[in-house]
Amino acid sequence: MANQQKPDDKKYWLDDQNNVNKIIWALYIACALSVIADFFYHKHVHYAVEDWIPGMYGWYGFIGCVFLVLSAKVLRKILMRSEDYYDEADDD
Amino acid sequence: MIEFPPGLLLIIGAILVPLLPQVVRNAYMLALPIVGFWGLLIIPEGVHFAFDIFGYTLSPVRIDGLSLIFGYIFHIAAAISIIFAFHIKDTVQQMSGLIYAGAAIGGAFAGDLITLFIYWEATAIASVFLIWSSRTEAAYRTGMRYLIIQVGSGVLLLAGAIIHYKETGSLDFTKMGLTGLGPVLIFIAFGIKAAFPLLHNWLQDAYPEATVTGTVFLSAFTTKLAIYALARGFPGTEMLIWIGATMTAFPIFYAVIENDLRRVLAYSLNNQLGFMVVGVGIGTELALNGTAAHAFSHILYKALLFMSMGAVLYRTGTIKGSELGGLYKSMPYTTGFCIVGAASISAFPLFSGFISKSLIIAAAAEGGHWIVWLILLFASAGVFHHSGIKIPYFAFFQHDSGKRPKEAPANMLFAMGIAAFLCIAIGVYPAPLYAILPFQVNFVPYTTTHVVTQLQLLLFSALAFTYLMKKGYYPPELKSTNLDFDWTYRRLLPKLLKGLGNIYVPADKYVRTVFLNRVERLIAGVFRHHGPEGLLARTWPTGSTVLWVAVLLALYMIFYFI
Repeated sequence: MANQQKPDDKKYWLDDQNNVNKIIWALYIACALSVIADFFYHKHVHYAVEDWIPGMYGWYGFIGCVFLVLSAKVLRKILMRSEDYYDEADDD
Repeated sequence: MIEFPPGLLLIIGAILVPLLPQVVRNAYMLALPIVGFWGLLIIPEGVHFAFDIFGYTLSPVRIDGLSLIFGYIFHIAAAISIIFAFHIKDTVQQMSGLIYAGAAIGGAFAGDLITLFIYWEATAIASVFLIWSSRTEAAYRTGMRYLIIQVGSGVLLLAGAIIHYKETGSLDFTKMGLTGLGPVLIFIAFGIKAAFPLLHNWLQDAYPEATVTGTVFLSAFTTKLAIYALARGFPGTEMLIWIGATMTAFPIFYAVIENDLRRVLAYSLNNQLGFMVVGVGIGTELALNGTAAHAFSHILYKALLFMSMGAVLYRTGTIKGSELGGLYKSMPYTTGFCIVGAASISAFPLFSGFISKSLIIAAAAEGGHWIVWLILLFASAGVFHHSGIKIPYFAFFQHDSGKRPKEAPANMLFAMGIAAFLCIAIGVYPAPLYAILPFQVNFVPYTTTHVVTQLQLLLFSALAFTYLMKKGYYPPELKSTNLDFDWTYRRLLPKLLKGLGNIYVPADKYVRTVFLNRVERLIAGVFRHHGPEGLLARTWPTGSTVLWVAVLLALYMIFYFI
């Protein structure tokens, strides 16, 4: 590529695994804080289920995403074909 | 002040584009949507330019709250897309982009179904050139499929309009129920362009094949014109709630496993349309405001995401997640803009998606549609997962691909900058957007409950991503094609036709063989009697003629005496 510059030896902040771990820890703390926050205000809810346990939305999001990704993995087994699948089909 | 029909300025203005020298062409093209936008600010509400033709009354321009908000955002999207394409020298793309945007704007102001049909087809025909301009074999085939489906949608619209006119005597484009064949055909026509489930594949097929700049145009207009048309024609149609809910949920599974990052965005576009369709289906003032607001903010952040992925494609020559990674090192601004778009589509507080999507989700909750509400929340978490995290992560972070492309060109960065600014501005200060919604707004997005619950939803979704990544459960980006509904018409239908051929050909062969055998037997019989060894061929032709004359003479004499 004409637009390509040479890979440099410069070290970037995210190249250090310790810094990546810092971000992950920051995420853990943020998650914990968001759940703790539920104890400190009155939740206006439409449905009782929203206030069953602290951090209800968080659990729902977590389980939802894990379900999403794992079922997408299963889908992949059924749906995935080679990249030129339709090219081959067109040549039939 | 001279009033002109909105959209027509861009369409007519496009004709001049090839005549202008490159130096002034960009400024001229950018001026068109700006002047058009200004035109919207001065044009009074009501129906304009109405005229009678062949006894039909057409009202080509209708200005009201619902059409205006779509008109505004279409002009803004056109301006941003034009800036993003400043480096292009291809007049075909420049003209088709302008005509396409103009047709979409015109469609949003169409007061009758015939005018709508004309603009509807114009968007289809103008936009296909943005796909064909990639000038690859794949883009050509995709463009043909796209064109057939889009024009087909227009044909259904026209047929529906004619039947509707026969039944009601009116061509006005106003609220219709799903009563009678006419409105049903119109509904399906809208549904095709709005990418309803099973009618959706043209979107994921076409948008990733268009040019770098073409996709930015495409992402803004066709589908949102369809959303506008649904909001105008079918608000409160309960079926739409379920159609929309399906649309929010099922494309995200595909988005997770898709490798082409622009196709991931096409799937997430489909999912975002689902939220708007749910809003139309609920049909309350709150819900319709939500649909309009979400279309407005969605056009901006979707264009921003497509621009950032377009910049990556432009610089690296690929947009496959399996070949990218680590680009933040050399494209930091594009990375930043992409993250703003990702935060907006994920509806983080202080970003545009937060203040628009919440109107629809609140409307679903208030309407007592609790299953739909649960689906929308799941889809919101899913959006963050595949658009909010996956897009920036696989393009700019993950493992270092070793690619060190240059930062995006200045015009691209500028266009992304405007879109990013608007995403944040709307998120931080939603009042101006709320002020132009079709109905009075009594909604406060920034309540403690809403902010905290939304943060919980998003942070734990990020946690799920981190968990799956660390455990190695996350499906890696693989070079692949994932079968979707388009398989039915790209593979199954041709196979069926071939299968039919397989039945037809032997049957045909059998009939022919039987027939040929008959003919052969006939020839053989003739040959036996008339061939060289035949009884009737033993004499010379003169001899046989004499014989035949004798026979005829004998017959004649017999008949004569009788």
